[in-house]
Amino acid sequence: MSRLKIGIDVGGTNTDAVVVDEDGQVIASTKAATTLDPSDGIAKALSEVITGIDKKKITQAMLGTTHPANAIIQRRNLQTVGVLRLAAPSSLAIRPGAAWPKDLHSFVIGPSAIVGGGYEYDGREIAPLEERAIREFAQKCKGKVSAIAVSCAFAPANYEQENRAGAILAEELGADFPVSLSHQVGQIGLLERENATILNASLFGVAEGVVKGFQNALKSHGLVVASFLTQNDGTLMTADEAIRLPILTVGSGPTNSMRGACALAKLSNALVIDVGGTSADCGILVDGFPRESAAAIEVGGVRTNFRMPDLISIGLGGGTIVRQEGENIKCGPDSVGYKVISEALITGGRTLTLSDISTKAGRLTGFGDVSKVSGLSQDVVSKALAWVDEQIQHLCDRMKASRSTMPLIAVGGGSHLIPESISGIAEVITPKHHSVANAFGAAIAEASGTVDRVYRYAEQGRDACIDEARRLATEAAVRAGAEAKQVRITAVIEVPMSYLPGQGCRVQVKAAGPLAN
Amino acid sequence: MRELTLDDLDDMVLGATLLGTGGGGDPYIARLMVRQAMEDFGTVKIATPSELDPDGLVLTVAVIGAPTVISEKVPAGPEFTGVVKALASYLGKKPVAIMPIEVGGMNTLIPLAVAAELGLPVIDADSMRRAFPQIEMTVFTLAGIPASPMSVADEKGNVMVFETINNQMAEKLARSAVMQLGLANGISCYSMTVRQVAEAGIQGSMSYCVELGKRLMAVQRGEAGSYDEFLKFAEAEIYFSGKIIDLDRRTTDGFAKGTVVIEHMKDPDRVMRVEIQNELLIAVENGKPIITTPDLICILDYENAQPITTETLAYGQRVNVIGLPCAPEWHRPGMMELVGPSAFGYEVPYVKMGGEK
Repeated sequence: MSRLKIGIDVGGTNTDAVVVDEDGQVIASTKAATTLDPSDGIAKALSEVITGIDKKKITQAMLGTTHPANAIIQRRNLQTVGVLRLAAPSSLAIRPGAAWPKDLHSFVIGPSAIVGGGYEYDGREIAPLEERAIREFAQKCKGKVSAIAVSCAFAPANYEQENRAGAILAEELGADFPVSLSHQVGQIGLLERENATILNASLFGVAEGVVKGFQNALKSHGLVVASFLTQNDGTLMTADEAIRLPILTVGSGPTNSMRGACALAKLSNALVIDVGGTSADCGILVDGFPRESAAAIEVGGVRTNFRMPDLISIGLGGGTIVRQEGENIKCGPDSVGYKVISEALITGGRTLTLSDISTKAGRLTGFGDVSKVSGLSQDVVSKALAWVDEQIQHLCDRMKASRSTMPLIAVGGGSHLIPESISGIAEVITPKHHSVANAFGAAIAEASGTVDRVYRYAEQGRDACIDEARRLATEAAVRAGAEAKQVRITAVIEVPMSYLPGQGCRVQVKAAGPLAN
Repeated sequence: MRELTLDDLDDMVLGATLLGTGGGGDPYIARLMVRQAMEDFGTVKIATPSELDPDGLVLTVAVIGAPTVISEKVPAGPEFTGVVKALASYLGKKPVAIMPIEVGGMNTLIPLAVAAELGLPVIDADSMRRAFPQIEMTVFTLAGIPASPMSVADEKGNVMVFETINNQMAEKLARSAVMQLGLANGISCYSMTVRQVAEAGIQGSMSYCVELGKRLMAVQRGEAGSYDEFLKFAEAEIYFSGKIIDLDRRTTDGFAKGTVVIEHMKDPDRVMRVEIQNELLIAVENGKPIITTPDLICILDYENAQPITTETLAYGQRVNVIGLPCAPEWHRPGMMELVGPSAFGYEVPYVKMGGEK
């Protein structure tokens, strides 16, 4: 019996759903409106997409959602968090929550304490764990906070103290009191990891709502399936894990879109450009995964250090306004946005947009009334297109990882603007089903494991260190549910560290593989 | 004396990032530290040497360690106040001001946090007005002022005071001490009088950094004429505009070394190579050296004018390569041996830039 998977993506406007078979073919797809309570939209999309499908064949369901991200951006339903840092006497010069936007700080951050603990770069303790202070802090938090975030200096290298602190908090506040430990959340960089852990803990309530809604929708349709959520890096965590690590879903939207677009085009190395009404987002897939950004990522105004897809956004979309200024034309940065369906010339409106230019030039067909742009001068059209082509060329150049040519996959409502030929681009592809690329990306997501630690090459040699990191990442992927035989290494990044003795190098390795059944 | 405001602080962070010439450590953590110190202890005053007692003692303070370690083992405070107090006690004198050694990167800001806590002014001078990787690479070395006595401390209360026979030895001893102390430490060296600062130091470095940052901020906001104004103020020039087409990194002897290759935006036959050792040190176009240490090489994002640090350089970035003449105080006998291209192992001649020196 062939097994089927469901992928659902909750975006800002639409909730999309697909049913995918074992060969990665789309069997059914649908689009429903996103609802205030996302569970309603999920339930509607689900009931539409499984109509006529044999439910018994469905074994797995994957959800991609921006709901936790929106909760942070809109300061909605966030819970108060107690913040415990294990690092004293180091780090006292910067208190938890420094540089947070004032409103978010006042909603989220409750009592905080920096207590004795943490590790040095060479593995020694900065101080023994100050257990009594942790118990006192727990009592101070009682009744005032909904969750506690714990961070510790060098926790990515050694999380013994974080685990012990978690156990003490459980003794004081009960085994089911929600606690978030930083080593599960982020990478090297204490302040950024602490920020991410605090945001994570503040999202526990939101996450539980989303996951329960998803699972109830599945149950009410009689689906007995394993349920997963997609993470920032395009891989999966179980729905139960997602309740504890909601922050790891905040960047999953663009990731699912890019991975879905590439898989639909049957490519694993390509540039992906998503052109909407207002902006174009460009990213790059390397071996099936989005290249991640090196720069610090802000979430709702808070600096964090997650791995997020490296995206460049520019103000270029179907609704971008085109103005004549003497001999020259100026495109954007403003746009009529989704109102392009009524305000562009071709749709009977009065604003000259890039959709009009594209129609006159023959790039956009089958949309609006071509006769409405018959009076548009050829000069304006060619100047505007020249601007578009130059912007797209720049975007592709900035994203590419090497000088070799590669394909470009164009998706989104404004993808007609993409020229057929771009220097350094082998071909431009618009795959079938590209409008549900996000949900497809969720449906095909894999399980993964990562390692991020500092090695000293002088001691063991570079090869032995990299081998160890590869082995640990592979083991982590299998623990996360990947089929052991099909796990592959998807990224190895080495960043040499200045002044660290013994040729210190930070090594990040990621492994991924399809879910075991 | 003038008071440093929080607005000045933002300008200073941007100026310090630029003067870091790609290295010098991320000033972000240092800015958070200064903000907290100002909240807890009040604002900081910047003083010129003429506003202070010429015989008064000036003590420097800086962070020493590895940038990645500092991002995990965040500053505490006592490692910085501790080195100042230790040196004051060793010398048997109280300081009248705190001075940065390195106005460039995160060490621009650390002295402000210390000055706020100790209630002292920061003297408007330094010894580099850019970032360099080693303690002896200062205009004070050129003036024959010893780094010794020198103090190093951690956040736990471990403090050491060293006497050394020369500034190169000071560098070696400090490095080996901080490996035992957790690689995120405070250091104080080059203690001197206000008179010596006025004679041998680079004058007005802190205000220069703020003014530079202010003008670059205007460029980033896209204000009309701001790029010209920024370049004019810095006596700088855009030497090359292009796209990064190759990047090679490696670690040797504790330095993050590398080479970045940039192809000209308009003329693909023009190629610039920039050599990195923690900082950007020499820029060579088609085999000809164009900008050389100690003059400053800054790589700015072509679109938003943000200085790009060596860790975040990446293939495909469109950049402007800008050359800024080093502080005039560098042009003294011994400069070439101490901080010229040959001091870093590059066999290219120093190319003098800017106006009269």
